[in-house]
Amino acid sequence: MSIGHTLLGLLESGPRHGYDLKRAFDEKFGHDRPLHYGQVYSTMSRLLKNGLVEVDGIEPGGGPERKRYAITDAGITDVERWLATPEKPEPYLQSLLYSKVVLALLTQRAAADILDTQRSEHLRGMRILTDRKRQGDFADQLICDHALFHLEADLRWLELTAARLDKLAEAVTA
Amino acid sequence: MSARRGHRRLKRSREWGRSRDLAMGVRFAFTGGREGWVRMLLTAVGVGLGVALLLLFTALPNALAVRHDRETARTDLSYGMKTPLKKADNTLVVGEAGTAFGDKEVRGRELQPEGPKAPRPPGVSKFPGVGEIVVSPALKRLLQSGEGKLLRERLPERIVGTIGEPGLIGAQELAFYRGTDHLVVRQDRGGVERIDRFGAGFKTPEKKDPVLVLLTLVVFLVLLLPVGVFIATAVRFGGERRDRRLAALRLVGSDSRMTRRIAAGEALAGSVAGLAFGAVFFLLVRELSGSVDLFGVSVFPSYLIPSSLLVLLIAVAVPAAAVLVTLFALRGVLIEPLGVVRAAKPPRRRLWWRILLPVGGLALLYPMIGKDRYGRDFNQYQVTGGVLLLLVGVTALLPWVVERAVNRLGSGGVAWQLAIRRLQLSSGTAARMVNGIAVAVAGAIALQMLFSGLQGQYTKHTTNDVTRAQMHADLWDQVPLARAAAGFKATKGVAKVYAFDEGYVADRRKFAEKTAPITMADCASLREVAALPSCKDGDSFVIPAGGGEEVAPGMSRPGSTLWFDSIDGSEGTAHRPAPWKVPADMKRARAIKDPTGDKRNGFLLTPGALPSGGAPGLHGQIYLALDQGLATAPDHARNTARRLGMPIDPVTLVSSKSDDTYASIRTFLFVGAAGVLALIGASLLVAQLEQLRERRKLLSSLIAFGTRRRTLSLSVLWQTAIPIGLGLALATAVGLALGAALLKMTHKPVGVDWASVLSMTGIATAVVLLVTVLSLPPLLRLMRPDGLRTE
Amino acid sequence: MTRVSPPGSLLAAQDLRKAYGPTTALDGADFSIHPGEVVAVMGPSGSGKSTLLHCLAGIVTPDSGSITYNGHELATMSDAQRSALRRSEFGFVFQFGQLVPELTCVENVALPLRLNGTSRKEAERAALRWMERLEVDDLRKKRPGEVSGGQGQRVAVARALVTGPRVLFADEPTGALDSLNGERVMGLLTEAARSTNAAVVLVTHEARVAAYSDREVVVRDGRSRDMERAI
Repeated sequence: MSIGHTLLGLLESGPRHGYDLKRAFDEKFGHDRPLHYGQVYSTMSRLLKNGLVEVDGIEPGGGPERKRYAITDAGITDVERWLATPEKPEPYLQSLLYSKVVLALLTQRAAADILDTQRSEHLRGMRILTDRKRQGDFADQLICDHALFHLEADLRWLELTAARLDKLAEAVTA
Repeated sequence: MSARRGHRRLKRSREWGRSRDLAMGVRFAFTGGREGWVRMLLTAVGVGLGVALLLLFTALPNALAVRHDRETARTDLSYGMKTPLKKADNTLVVGEAGTAFGDKEVRGRELQPEGPKAPRPPGVSKFPGVGEIVVSPALKRLLQSGEGKLLRERLPERIVGTIGEPGLIGAQELAFYRGTDHLVVRQDRGGVERIDRFGAGFKTPEKKDPVLVLLTLVVFLVLLLPVGVFIATAVRFGGERRDRRLAALRLVGSDSRMTRRIAAGEALAGSVAGLAFGAVFFLLVRELSGSVDLFGVSVFPSYLIPSSLLVLLIAVAVPAAAVLVTLFALRGVLIEPLGVVRAAKPPRRRLWWRILLPVGGLALLYPMIGKDRYGRDFNQYQVTGGVLLLLVGVTALLPWVVERAVNRLGSGGVAWQLAIRRLQLSSGTAARMVNGIAVAVAGAIALQMLFSGLQGQYTKHTTNDVTRAQMHADLWDQVPLARAAAGFKATKGVAKVYAFDEGYVADRRKFAEKTAPITMADCASLREVAALPSCKDGDSFVIPAGGGEEVAPGMSRPGSTLWFDSIDGSEGTAHRPAPWKVPADMKRARAIKDPTGDKRNGFLLTPGALPSGGAPGLHGQIYLALDQGLATAPDHARNTARRLGMPIDPVTLVSSKSDDTYASIRTFLFVGAAGVLALIGASLLVAQLEQLRERRKLLSSLIAFGTRRRTLSLSVLWQTAIPIGLGLALATAVGLALGAALLKMTHKPVGVDWASVLSMTGIATAVVLLVTVLSLPPLLRLMRPDGLRTE
Repeated sequence: MTRVSPPGSLLAAQDLRKAYGPTTALDGADFSIHPGEVVAVMGPSGSGKSTLLHCLAGIVTPDSGSITYNGHELATMSDAQRSALRRSEFGFVFQFGQLVPELTCVENVALPLRLNGTSRKEAERAALRWMERLEVDDLRKKRPGEVSGGQGQRVAVARALVTGPRVLFADEPTGALDSLNGERVMGLLTEAARSTNAAVVLVTHEARVAAYSDREVVVRDGRSRDMERAI
C-alpha cells in the first residue's frame, strides 16, 4: 500500500493537519493497522521535499504536529497517475487496490475505471500464464495453474467490488 | 402408556399427513395457472363424458323395464287367446285402428264403452265420444303441424284430450284412441274384442332384435373405449412438469410415498371434477332424451334413472381408476430430490401378448358368426368381450407397431430425422397420445360398416322388385277389386296399379292333396307376371314352374276338374267350392318377375275363362307403383285405403325410411366420433405445447445456428403425423376386421364402406393438421431467441 | 461522437441499443473483431453480454445501431438471409441444452451441415473428423444424455466448427463444467479456431476462460469498453 499516495489523496478534499490526516487514514483505510504518527510525519516531510504538498499554515504553539498541509498541483497529478496505473498482477494486492478504489471514490474519480484497468492487467498476466501453460510441460502447467488461481481470486474480488461500488461509495463518503 | 399415546399420536399424525398430501395434490391440480386449468378442464371433460356414458348405460335397463311395464299395462286385444266376454256395464269394445305415417308407426284403437264402469285405458281420463279422439302429445303436435296434414285426413276427428305419460311408452310415441259406436265383435274376424280391463291382453313377445342389441352394445363400447383411453391419457397430462414439481417437493423433504400421494391427489381432483361434469352431461342428455326418437324407440326422461348401486360404483371406481393409472404411470419413474430418473431404457416391447388381445377378440366373435339370425344363441357377454378385446388390442398393439415402424424408418431430411429420432426415443408416449384416436377410428369404422350393411339389408332383404311396386293391399272380400283399383288409380302419388284376383285351386272338392296358385286378371295385368305367347279375353295359361315350385303335372292336364275354395274342414256351413275344368286350349306361359319380384307358377286366367259359377275364394290383390319422387305417396295411398273402407293399411313392400334413419345415425356417429377426436386433439395440443415449452432452450439454440423455422415446424408435424398415420392404419385394419365380423354375425353381406373409412381417417388427419397448425404460433414464439436468455 | 470500426475487422458493431420491455440490455455498445482473433466479452450478470452476442450473431435485431459482417449490414438482411448466414458463416456453442437429445452425437455434429443441404453420409464423415479433433469420436453412437458434461460440450464445439465458420460464438461454453473440463474445452476450442483462422466471440464471466482470449471487452450497464484500445 502506498501511504504517500493515500495521504495525498486525502488532502485533495482540503488542507489538513497531520493529526487529522492520521485520523482520516485510520478511519478509511487503517482498519486493523492504525498509522503511527511518526509514519505520517516522515511521509509528509518526503512529500514536502518532493513538492507534492506544501505547508498551508502553522497553528500557534509550534511543534511539528501543528502544521497544516495542502496538496500541490504536482501532487494531484501524482495521485492521478498512481490511480490510473494498474498494479503488477501479484498476489495479495487487495489492500492496495482497496485503498485505490476508496481514494478514487473519495476524490470523485471513476473507481470502475480503476477496477477495469486492473482487471485488464490481471488478464494480461493470466493470458501469459495460460499461454505458457499450453506450451509447457506438465510441471509448468501445475505451476502456472497455481499462479492463475491466485490471479483469478484477485480478479473475482475485482469483479465483486466492481459490482458493489455504489454500496462502497455510500460507506466511505458517509 | 405415554408411549402408547405417543404411538397413537404418531399414527394420527401420519393419517393426517396422508390426507394433507392428497389435499396438496388437489391444490396443485387447481393452481397450475392458465395451462393447469386447461389441463384440468380437459381431464374433467374427458372423464365427464365417460361418466355420462356410464350413467346412461346403467340407466338403460331401468328405462327398458319401465317401457315394458307400461306396454303390459295397456294391452287390450287378446287375438282370440281368451274366451269372449258378454256385454256388461263394465265392458268395453276395442278395435284395432293403427296406421302408419311416413315411416312411423301409429298405435290406434277404437273404443266403444258399453257401460258406466267400462275400463279406461291408462293415461286416458275421459272416453272420447263418437267423432272424437284422444291423442298422444307427439301425435297431437304432428296433426297440428303442416307436416301431419295427410295423417289428419285419416284422423279427422275432433281432438278432445291427450294421452298421459302412463299410457305411453315414449315421449315420441304416436298413439290415439278414437271414440266409436259401430264396433261389432265377430267370431270369425279378429281386431275387435270385448274386454273388462286393460293389461290382460296379448302381449307381443319382447322383440329382441339381436341386431339392435348388437348395435347398442357396439355403439356404447365404441364411444366408451376411446373416452376410457382418453381418461387414462388425460391423467398423465403434464406428467413431466408434475414430476419436476414433485422432485422439488422431494428436495424440501417429502419422501417418495408422499410424492406419490400428492400425484394421486392431483389425479383425484381431475376425476372428481370429471364426475361432476359427468353428472351434468347425463342430466342434459336425460332432458334431451324426451325429444329423441331412435329406431322408432323413444323414452321419457323420467325413465332414465340409473340404479343407485351402480352410480355409487361409478363414483368410487372412476377416481380409483384415475389414481391407479397415475400410480401405474409413476411406476417406472424414480422421483429424486434433484430430478426425475426414468427407469433405464424400457425393455423392448414384446408382440406375443399384444397380439393375443385382438386375436382373442376375434376368437370370441368367431363362434357367433353364422349363428341363428334371430339371436337365440346370441351371447351378449361373448360379443362384448370380443369387441372389447379387439379394440383394446389396438391400444396394446399400437405402441409395438410405432416402436417397430420408427426403428425401421430411416433417412430423410433434417426435419424427418429430428422427428424420427424423437419418436424412437419415446415411442411409448407418442403411441399413448394417439391410442384414443386409433380406438375411436377403429370403432367408428366398424360401426359405419355395420350401419351401411344394415342399410343395404333394408333394400335387399326381400325379393321385392322395388322398382315396380312399393305397396300391396289385400282386399279380402270387403272392397270390389275394380272399385279399389279405380280408387288407387286416382290417388296422388300412385304411378301404376296392378290388380289381380288371387287364390288357389285344388285337385279335390274336399281335403285336397295338391293345390296350385291361380291368378286372374286382364291380359295387360297378366303380362306383368308372365311372358304370354298371345292373349285375349277367355284365354287361360299355365306356368308349370316358377318361384322354386312346380305345378303337379296331373293338375294341368286338360279336362281334369279342379276346385276353387276347396273344403279343408275348418269352414262354416255356407262354404261352397266351385269346380273348374282345365280347358283344352290352355297355353303354356313362362314366369317372369311379378311386381313384388316373385316368379309365380300355377294358372293364369282372363275373366272370360272363368266358369259361370264365378270363382269363390279369390281375393283382390292390388300392387301399387308409387311416384318415387313424392315422399308422401304412401300416405296418400293409405288415405285412399281408408276412404275405400279397408280395415288395414296397405303394406309397404320397401321401406323408404332406411335412408333417413341411416343418414341420421351416420350423422350422429360422425358427430360423436368427431367430438371424441376433437377432445383427443385438444389433449394432443396440450401435450404438444408442454413438450415444446420443455424444449424451449433447445429450439432457441437450433434457431441460433441457423435452422429454418420450416424445418422445425415440419419436424413437429412429422412427430404427430407418423404415429397418427400408423395408428390410423392399424385402426382401419382392426376396424374393418371388427366390422366384417359384426356383419357376418348379423348375416349381412360384408362390404366395405370406403367413403366412411376415408371420412373417419380424414377427420383424424384433420385433427392432426389442426393440432400442428395450432401449435405453430407458440412454436414460432418459442423459437424466438429470447429462449436463449439465461437470466 | 462518431464511432468508426477499426479497419480490417470481420465483424463490427457500433452504438447498439436494445431494450426488452422496460429493461435496457444494451445502451450504446460497440464491438469489433478481426479474423483469427479471440475476444472475451466480460461483465457482471445482466450487463448485456449475451444480448451483445445475440445481436452480433444476427439472432436478435438491435433497436438501433449498426452491425457489419464482412462489410454487409446485418440490419438490411432478411430473417432468412441472417439464418443462412448463421448456418454457413457462424458457429455456436452455448452453456447447455443445445444438443438435440434424440440424435446421436455424430448426428448432432452433422446437423448444421445437413441444414446446409449436405448429404447425410458426407455430413457425418465431416462430423467425425471434427469429433476426432475434439477427442470425442468414440462417442459417435451415444446420445447426449449418455455422455458427460465435458464430453457433451466438446461435441457442441465440434458441431459449431463443422461448417468451417468464420466466426464462432461461444456463450459461457464452460459454464456448466468443472475447471479441468473447462480448460480442456477452451484449449481445444481456441486451438481449433486459430487453426481455421476463425474469430471467436467468447462470452464469459470466468477469468480463466477469458485468459484464452487475445483481448477482452467489458460490458457494464449495456455499454461496452474495449480494454486494449482504452489503454
